[in-house]
Amino acid sequence: MALLQIAEPGQSTAPHQHRLAVGIDLGTTNSLVATVRSGSAVVLPDTAGFGLVPSVVHYTADNSVTVGHLAQARQIDDPRNTIVSVKRFMGRSVADLPDASSTPYRFVDAPGMLKIKTIAGEKSPVEVSADILRELRIRAEQSLGGELVGAVVTVPAYFDDAQRQATKDAARLAGLNVLRLLNEPTAAAIAYGLDNAAEGIYVVYDLGGGTFDVSVLELTRGVFQVRATSGDSSLGGDDFDQRLYCWILQQAGLTTPSDKDMRLLLSRAREAKELLTDHHTTRITAVLSDGEAIDLELSAETFQTITAQLVQKTLTPVRKALRDAQLATEDVKGVVLVGGATRMPHVRKAVADYFKREPLTNLDPDKVVALGAAMQANALAGNRGDEEWLLLDVIPLSLGLETMGGLVEKIVPRNSTIPTARAQEFTTFKNGQTAMAIHVLQGERELVQDCRSLARFELRGIPPMPAGAARIRVTFQVDADGLLAVSAKEQISNVEASIIVKPSYGLADHEIAQMLEDSMQNAEQDKNARNLLEARVEAQALLDATRSALATDSALVSPDEHGNIMQLLTQLEICQQGEDIQAIREATEQLNRITEPFAARRMDVGVRKALAGQRIDELG
Amino acid sequence: MSFDFSDNHFSLFGLPVQFRQDVVDIEAVYRTLQAQYHPDRAVTGSDSDKRFALQAATHINDAFHTLKSPLARARYLLKLQGFDTQEETNTSMPADFLMQQMEWREAIAEAKQTHDLDELEALATQLRSESRSLTTLIAGLIDDKQDFNRAGLVVRKLRFIEKLEQEIGDAIEALLD
Repeated sequence: MALLQIAEPGQSTAPHQHRLAVGIDLGTTNSLVATVRSGSAVVLPDTAGFGLVPSVVHYTADNSVTVGHLAQARQIDDPRNTIVSVKRFMGRSVADLPDASSTPYRFVDAPGMLKIKTIAGEKSPVEVSADILRELRIRAEQSLGGELVGAVVTVPAYFDDAQRQATKDAARLAGLNVLRLLNEPTAAAIAYGLDNAAEGIYVVYDLGGGTFDVSVLELTRGVFQVRATSGDSSLGGDDFDQRLYCWILQQAGLTTPSDKDMRLLLSRAREAKELLTDHHTTRITAVLSDGEAIDLELSAETFQTITAQLVQKTLTPVRKALRDAQLATEDVKGVVLVGGATRMPHVRKAVADYFKREPLTNLDPDKVVALGAAMQANALAGNRGDEEWLLLDVIPLSLGLETMGGLVEKIVPRNSTIPTARAQEFTTFKNGQTAMAIHVLQGERELVQDCRSLARFELRGIPPMPAGAARIRVTFQVDADGLLAVSAKEQISNVEASIIVKPSYGLADHEIAQMLEDSMQNAEQDKNARNLLEARVEAQALLDATRSALATDSALVSPDEHGNIMQLLTQLEICQQGEDIQAIREATEQLNRITEPFAARRMDVGVRKALAGQRIDELG
Repeated sequence: MSFDFSDNHFSLFGLPVQFRQDVVDIEAVYRTLQAQYHPDRAVTGSDSDKRFALQAATHINDAFHTLKSPLARARYLLKLQGFDTQEETNTSMPADFLMQQMEWREAIAEAKQTHDLDELEALATQLRSESRSLTTLIAGLIDDKQDFNRAGLVVRKLRFIEKLEQEIGDAIEALLD
């Protein structure tokens, strides 16, 4: 079907030396990689033409890893080894998960961050995310034909330090040079603002698969200044599926479904949710593993009622962000919707009602973050065009220290523009005290137990002094990625201690180097697995295209030709199941060749149809 | 790139050393400075370029924060004149101001208890107007009369008001959750 594929204009060669840089949206449900090509940002598709990579990783006993659509296909028959929505577990412990029991995974508590037991061993969310990022890196390198200078990787604006650090570690583990971690709503604002030459106050409402962010930005002559950000790092489209799934259980009178049934019903819930975007009702049908059939009718009204509370829950961060920015809804010039979950009509309506204006939806909510990240990556890599712009972002959550009585003293308030540094002096509370424990926390609450613990370290060697005489200056430095480093210095004796805040699970540089080295050794094996995968995907794309062409235009093939095509089609189907890469490629090539005349005839007919009814002079 | 970390914030921003400032000017200079020194401009540079950019941009943010907030700006100006505002140590306040404080605190506590969002918003508005009149007073004391002692007292008052505003903000936020 070669003739049916037409290259995009400008895709072939770059006009001048260009540093290859990409933007990566590492999403809860889907991930994307995009780049700037001939001045405009484009999402890079895989060989089968898919832009979105489902953020799903499947592990097998022989340690092979599949990512994306192929992994997604394993969700139902091998749920425990098929990791979906791993982003929800980044930088989290088992205790942090509100719904650990409604996932099919076996979690293991590890210092700082949980791990997931799979047939290929225990995997940390950092490793699973790295597998997704590696897939995107390889896709980009193959598509762009060279090694990447670096990548901008997006994170939810409301991610705390632990989640950001985990994301950066994952990117490094995937062999990426991280140019910058960029907040997702800010990335969307760049894509929107630069395309529309927007000026004024804009709100980005970003409801993704597993996270919700809202950012208030001021756009002034090429400067994107975030005035405030808020959100909920465990609220997203997944929760709507979960609500619907619970509704299905209730309606069907089920209590404890098996892992497979759980996955099946969650998939059905997701499909129903998506269908209700443009339909008033939908049917949910499924046959469970014990043969029981489920057949339910769901109306849009019912779906809206059972999820109304989730929609309301997004409005609290919206109010908080506006309060922090000291702005009212009347000051807002436009509201940009981001994230696939904003396609739900009742979400759009709630946003429109709150701001008393229709939100802006002229950008693809699935792609806008990756496109903005690509623009920023392009600029950071030094491929600056005529337009210059600057981002001024903030930290989403206050940073502080534990003081006497389990209270938190805030050092850097939330919504401080980064990079920033703040210092505070503390003193000893006992005579002759020679050491001081420093406990770094993030969050808005007053009590240590209600905030996230980021790091603990000790300042030792303080000369013995009476209580209250020592002067310990603790400095917090937050860099442009929103990552924190803390140092402490006793002012009289100049005793010093410092720490780059790496949550206790955080990977040290040498650990990452070791893991990268290990992965190099497996590279040959990986490469074969990847080639096989690609050959299969390509074969599948051709099989699908041929079948659909035969279904619609069977009149264009002679019975003989039809027989030949079917024979090669069956042959390719058989090869595709096997492991022989060469055989798959040859069978693909044969089918491709034999269908070429058919494709040409289809093209002719298509052109004739398009021209029919037009006079010659109109075609001039 | 030349960048003098020892410059005072006013000269860094090319502004006269005085309390009265146009926030629009401060913001415009801020954007120009960050456009030049922000770490995003040094991503492909050497490690020392990156470190310099981090420090410079941090310093510019700090200066901006100080110049933009009337309380921080007044405190900073007094410090440049060699006056310590003694906000942590000097708690002596005129009796009428203390009375007013107590009344406000009681009102906040009561509104908190009765979950009265409207009352909290009304108190916030009152405090904002109080804080505006104190700011006008400081401008006269520093720029016109060079009466730094009395300006120090007004700075301490403004600090009290700011704390109360913070408390109201937290209370409103708690009610929104």
